[in-house]
Amino acid sequence: MIPDLAPALPEIILAVGAMVLLMLGVFRKDGDAGLISAAALLLFAITAAAVLLAPMTAAITFGGSFIADPFARFVKILILLGAAATMFMGVSWMRTDNLSRFEYPVLLVLATLGMFMMVSANGLIALYVGIELQSLALYVVAAFKRDSLRSSEAGLKYFVLGALSSGMLLYGASLIYGFAGTVTYAQLGVVLADGPPIGVVFGLVFFMAGLAFKMSAVPFHMWTPDVYEGAPTPATAFLAAAPKVAAVAMTIRVLMEAFPGAFAEWQQIVFFMAVASTLLGAFAAIGQSNIKRLMAYSSIGHIGFMLIGLAAGTQQGVTGVLIYLVIYLAMTVGTFACILAMRRPEGPVETIDDLAGLSRNQPLLAFVLAMLMFSLAGIPPLAGFFAKYYVFLSAIEAGLYVLAVIGVLASVVGAYYYLRIVKVMYFDEPAAPFVHPVAGDVRLVLTAAGIFVLFFFVYPAPVINGAARAAGSLF
Amino acid sequence: MVSWPILSLVTFLPLVGAFFILIIRGDEEVVARNARFVALWTTAITFAISLLLWTNFDYTTADFQFVEKHDWLGGIASYHLGVDGISMLFIILTTLLMPACILASWTSITVRVKEYMIAFLVLETLMIGVFCALDLVLFYLFFEGGLIPMFLIIGVWGGAQRVYASFKFFLYTLLGSVLMLLAIMAMYWAAGTTDITVLLTHPFAAEVQTWLWLAFFASFAVKMPMWPVHTWLPDAHVQAPTAGSVILAGILLKMGGYGFLRFSLPMFPIASDMFAPMVFALSVIAIIYTSLVALAQTDMKKLIAYSSVAHMGFVTMGIFAINMQGVQGGLFQMISHGFISGALFLCVGVIYDRMHTREIAAYGGLVQRMPFYAAAFMLFTMANVALPGTSGFVGEFLVIIGVFAVNTWIAILAATGVILSAAYALYLYWRVIFGELEKDSLKSIADANRREIMTLVPLIALVVFFGVYPSPILDVTAVSVENLLSNANAAIEAHHTAGAPASVARLN
Repeated sequence: MIPDLAPALPEIILAVGAMVLLMLGVFRKDGDAGLISAAALLLFAITAAAVLLAPMTAAITFGGSFIADPFARFVKILILLGAAATMFMGVSWMRTDNLSRFEYPVLLVLATLGMFMMVSANGLIALYVGIELQSLALYVVAAFKRDSLRSSEAGLKYFVLGALSSGMLLYGASLIYGFAGTVTYAQLGVVLADGPPIGVVFGLVFFMAGLAFKMSAVPFHMWTPDVYEGAPTPATAFLAAAPKVAAVAMTIRVLMEAFPGAFAEWQQIVFFMAVASTLLGAFAAIGQSNIKRLMAYSSIGHIGFMLIGLAAGTQQGVTGVLIYLVIYLAMTVGTFACILAMRRPEGPVETIDDLAGLSRNQPLLAFVLAMLMFSLAGIPPLAGFFAKYYVFLSAIEAGLYVLAVIGVLASVVGAYYYLRIVKVMYFDEPAAPFVHPVAGDVRLVLTAAGIFVLFFFVYPAPVINGAARAAGSLF
Repeated sequence: MVSWPILSLVTFLPLVGAFFILIIRGDEEVVARNARFVALWTTAITFAISLLLWTNFDYTTADFQFVEKHDWLGGIASYHLGVDGISMLFIILTTLLMPACILASWTSITVRVKEYMIAFLVLETLMIGVFCALDLVLFYLFFEGGLIPMFLIIGVWGGAQRVYASFKFFLYTLLGSVLMLLAIMAMYWAAGTTDITVLLTHPFAAEVQTWLWLAFFASFAVKMPMWPVHTWLPDAHVQAPTAGSVILAGILLKMGGYGFLRFSLPMFPIASDMFAPMVFALSVIAIIYTSLVALAQTDMKKLIAYSSVAHMGFVTMGIFAINMQGVQGGLFQMISHGFISGALFLCVGVIYDRMHTREIAAYGGLVQRMPFYAAAFMLFTMANVALPGTSGFVGEFLVIIGVFAVNTWIAILAATGVILSAAYALYLYWRVIFGELEKDSLKSIADANRREIMTLVPLIALVVFFGVYPSPILDVTAVSVENLLSNANAAIEAHHTAGAPASVARLN
């Protein structure tokens, strides 16, 4: 019997599309990725249409291991936006650095397909398949600049640690299956409703270690700074945006759907990871001089803030995390667009000191980056403030006062290093200027992200209502 | 009453001006000149329109006036503006000081004039917004948003230690405010709204009030600033450009006092009553200790900064006396200190622009060459000392009366602060203005020019006018303050009759 394929239509489109792109790339003789990238963007657009046109109700297929619901829909649109924006803005950068090979967009499409699976997985096996598809593509992407030692090292490190975490995840999942007797979320939720047996708790710990690795939450964050720094910048931008969204979304779904009965158990873990991530993200970033490394620690900190919302375990909390994801995506994409614009005639640069006096050389770029930094620090009226507002709101509702206080204090510490970048750009004497003007693709993404971050407060209703509807489908 | 959204207009008009400055093109000289004029006209027009608030103000009601309300943030908060007797004057104070700031920066700011003017206009919008927001989230947005332009103003156009000062200012203030943000969220879950008009009547449980009060206190005490969290202020003042200091002392410090009056006292009356002794203690320490510190300063701006901390001690003390004289005095002191400290910083700016030093020792005998300046500086020094006949006197006098009714000892200690302030202010004046003009560098110094006179004269007039005839201000605030106090005292009474121990301050 053939299962109902309709709910998985976006995934099927992506999978078939990836194969077609691969063929196209192989049979076209010239190595340039421009055409394939354009085709990949078109593919993303078609997929987005398929996601949007699907019915708003929840549909389960493939024997209960795949689900398409408003939550998945919301997150998939986000993933597509993040993937498309980061792929688009990297095109000219890759071309300038002689990295414009057709495998790159194809790998990104495959990674995106993996993320779709992670978000739509309704069982532990489907989840694992999604994670592996995404990760394997990303390992290659991280090492894409193969004649660079740093890039190869980043890819290898990512792969070895990623394999270890996959092992832990799989081990945890098998323990859970062994003690609960099922792998689909819905049945796990029923079986574990009255509290989990000890074996499942053990399994859950390993399982969450694997999830934490994918989100890069402390204490499984070690790979992040190295991979961020070593990978080619467009690849870093891609890694920092959509995969984080997918990882957080799959964590939300699995915890809310499969383990609501083990809430007390996993809340402790999430609580600890939230505290550790916010604090580490805040303190470890202070000493960084490379802006990509700094963004790695910044992303660890932001994951910590999202986990605060998740620790609340309420619908309000999930809504907060989803709003956070939207805004985080915009801020990250915008910031990496700025980093892509950091290029001197002799090549790309990535230390913070290279930004010195940018406000004199390129006032507009400096202004956008400054606003993004203030937004990442959570200063109103920029978008980042509202992201933090909604997660803390849910933490306060759930009575997690200690967590909320630690979180806001960490955000003050974090503000220091974001301010440092503003300081370098505005207060310091100008360094040698960057290549001017900024490439058109980067400029477009930068403008869109800047407008979103700056004017989010004017009309936030679509994002907030969309997130609330998406979160509602999990409860 | 007016039918059009006057508050939104006053709030966002400066942003329109900022936008016009943004689109100015041309070579640097032209851009700078045009930016100055656009900024001046924008602030002047904003001031003129804000005066309509006063002429249309209804003195007979404690309700919020000129109210505007729209949905925002998906129902969690609303865009709700309005003013009452407590907030209206702060708006006028803001719009009044802004043109003075622009004039004070006319020639002293020479680099990046366009960005400077934009930063100031954005800051004006955010400051006015703080005083007319009737929703806590909206309030927080304006309150914290102001950090961004001020950070840049200190950091880009400030003195030698500007980076340190700007970071200290930003992080100190942010640290206090994030705790308030959590309290705002807790209030949302307790009362189901962040609408200030609703929260003003929402009875929070006594133990909840304690925590909420402390969280708000963390924010406002830093902003005010109260001893011992005042240390960012001298740094920020000294390093900021003249106009930045004027805004800091004139408006930003008042946000703390405004916050106490708008939130702490009416929303958490029981906690306010309970913590009043602590506030008194901190205020007395601030008044005496910072006055002594001011006495030892060698930098003019630092001296005035410490004097601001001392004067803000009177404000907090008056507010937490929780009686008519104290609160009215605190309010009056804030408005009057807005003129006086702003004017003092402008005075320092006048000689700083000529000599490029703030060291007191570099001056002396200025009266010989700058008679007008010496007279103006004298008047503001006297007002700072709270000489009867100046507006400084009215505020401090009312505060001391109010505190006297609550606790005699505190009032006596506060009164010594008046003497100390006379000591440091007159000592400063003596060193800078009197004596022989011996230093060669000062031999050719010129008296205040027309622009500087234009900036100072309105402030001279206001300081004297309100010193002699304070009723226009006190009448505006009276009804609102009375309403606030009767509600607060009723809540405190109810709490005490329910068997809770009375506060120490009240027993004396």
